Amino acid sequence: MKRNLISILVAAACAWCGGAQAQISDGVVKIGVLSDMSSLYADIGGPGSVVAAKMAVEDFGAEKKGMKVEIVSADHQNKPDVGSNIARQWYDTDKVDAIVDVPTSSVALAVSQVTRDKNKVFLVSGAASSDLTGKACSPNTIHWTYDTWMLANGTGSAIVKTGGDTWFFITADYAFGHALERDTEAVVLKNGGKVLGKVRAPLNTQDFSSFLLQAQSSKAKIIGLANAGGDTINSIKQASEFGITKGGQNLAGLLVFISDIHGLGLDKAQGLIFTETFYWDLNDQTRAWSKKFAAANGGKYPSMVQAGVYSAVLDYLKAIEATKTDDSAKVIAWMKANPTDDPLFGKGSIRSDGRKIHPAYLVEVKKPSESKGPYDYYKIRATIPADQAFRPLADGGCNMGK
Amino acid sequence: MEILGIPTQALFGQLLIGLINGSFYALLSLGLAVIFGLLNIINFTHGAQYMLGAFAAYFLLSKLGVGYWWSLLIAPIVVGAVGIAIERLMLARLYKLDHLYGLLLTFGLALIIQGTFRHEFGSAGLPYSMPAELAGGRNLGFMFLPNYRAWVIVASLIICLGTWYVIERTKLGAYLRAATENPQIVQSFGVNVPRMITLTYGFGVALAALAGVMAAPIYQVSPQMGSDLIIVVFAVVVIGGMGSILGSIVTGFGLGVIEGLTKVFYPEASNTVIFIIMAIVLLIKPAGLFGTQK
Repeated sequence: MKRNLISILVAAACAWCGGAQAQISDGVVKIGVLSDMSSLYADIGGPGSVVAAKMAVEDFGAEKKGMKVEIVSADHQNKPDVGSNIARQWYDTDKVDAIVDVPTSSVALAVSQVTRDKNKVFLVSGAASSDLTGKACSPNTIHWTYDTWMLANGTGSAIVKTGGDTWFFITADYAFGHALERDTEAVVLKNGGKVLGKVRAPLNTQDFSSFLLQAQSSKAKIIGLANAGGDTINSIKQASEFGITKGGQNLAGLLVFISDIHGLGLDKAQGLIFTETFYWDLNDQTRAWSKKFAAANGGKYPSMVQAGVYSAVLDYLKAIEATKTDDSAKVIAWMKANPTDDPLFGKGSIRSDGRKIHPAYLVEVKKPSESKGPYDYYKIRATIPADQAFRPLADGGCNMGK
Repeated sequence: MEILGIPTQALFGQLLIGLINGSFYALLSLGLAVIFGLLNIINFTHGAQYMLGAFAAYFLLSKLGVGYWWSLLIAPIVVGAVGIAIERLMLARLYKLDHLYGLLLTFGLALIIQGTFRHEFGSAGLPYSMPAELAGGRNLGFMFLPNYRAWVIVASLIICLGTWYVIERTKLGAYLRAATENPQIVQSFGVNVPRMITLTYGFGVALAALAGVMAAPIYQVSPQMGSDLIIVVFAVVVIGGMGSILGSIVTGFGLGVIEGLTKVFYPEASNTVIFIIMAIVLLIKPAGLFGTQK
């Protein structure tokens, strides 16, 4: 009799608890921030991405709305096998619903496949390869922030149009470097330029002197750096040592972040021109958010990747609130059907191939005399409107039927 | 004229670059060879100590306004002192045990030091500018040689040969070599063996820190700089022969040149060529090129 009473009470308690969030799996929205926490991309994404994700949850007001949101994080060490193992474990055992960030395109491509197999959600902010919405596109992946096509067409065409018509590429020898080199070469050739040579350097190379020497002897007007993070910093620093610019050649940083400029110092980085989709000093909203972010991130201002993590998590949570479920297909369908408007990237939208569209900015690094303080590094040269910044849908070769 | 498709001019340039890189490898592997060859300590912290040397130079410049030349002297002393503290407080307790415990300890220390610095300073690193006296370069005809890189080769050669001379040709070096072969007998002669070991460890660490100061103007001063290099340096020491000072110097320069040539002909393999050589050498002559079977 007593046992029956207890069972009834327990059953009633369970039924009562379950009601409010019957449609969200396990009652918790679990988001995994998978990034490079310890190596050359750690300042671009890394722990800062976790801070950004947590800020998004807070600003969304999850607690007040009665939604339970949990953020977990892990280090993929820039290795696709480590990244896909973490993703699998997260999806299978730890009940993670969405993975966010993932710099390093080779890892992102692997995680995109795992996410598709498990039918979850992948919001890429850190990785660059335009293949993520091209030949490797997936109905479960949304590519936020930027990609190699945008970089090539923003930076590449701006440089070719101002006379930089012969190029030599120093490329990071993995998926991202190859994609960036390919997309930029296409832009150079389309605008009537020539590519005089390319050299592939392993990821995380310390010494670029040999590659810079080869670039020098090619006599190309522009040395395109198809690499990122620590590789770009070392290339630029050593280029000045070898008198590259004094010899009449110019460097094109194809992917540069504000953390790189901070690490290089303005006297080495001044005059660099590149494309980004977020800068902390764009308007009052970005300024306010960035100051809050810096306070929570040890004084380091946000990169566009970290801003992208915030924006993606915010939109994802809005989608869950609107559809009242965390079922991947419904959430992604809502995200693609509804335009986005957040304080960091302004007005944008998400295309059917998973590409997030928003404006891009061509920036130039200030001279030391023009900067008023740390992180005051960019002059905005031009704004590329959202509909021109990214590769047209038809050109991507995305075939989701597979 | 072309050799295998590369014009000779370009090739000489690459060889010179290879020599420059080799001088860094030689300097770092010298410290490691001193510590391992003489003290039998597998010092995995070497890379972190190299990084500490670079950071010490950065702080000396930014907080105390001490320039590069003084940093070359002060930073190794400071980091060497830290090394001595590590040896006295932690390593000395492990001498009675298997070598592996020393390896674990130094590896753990390396991770802690690197993690702490990365947490504080981020991975993008900090800028350290070239000393004005060494900026610029000269056009050698086949390439533009930055003055700083020429300085690195010269300084590295002097330090390496000087260290080799002290250890192999002087009385102090003889005491040290005897002490590591048979500490009891040497101690019975009245030589303070534990103090000699401590100072030698400190010297090896100071060599690593010196390499760090020399690297600061050209490589980014970042918390990872040591971990990227340490594996290659271990390979250099293994190829050269674990006990041989001369072996590690010659191998350091030699491998730098080979890596430089690989970057010209097949750059994608430039990361791995040193390990391929290490595998081959270990198969043919396990004691290393200059090592002796103990």
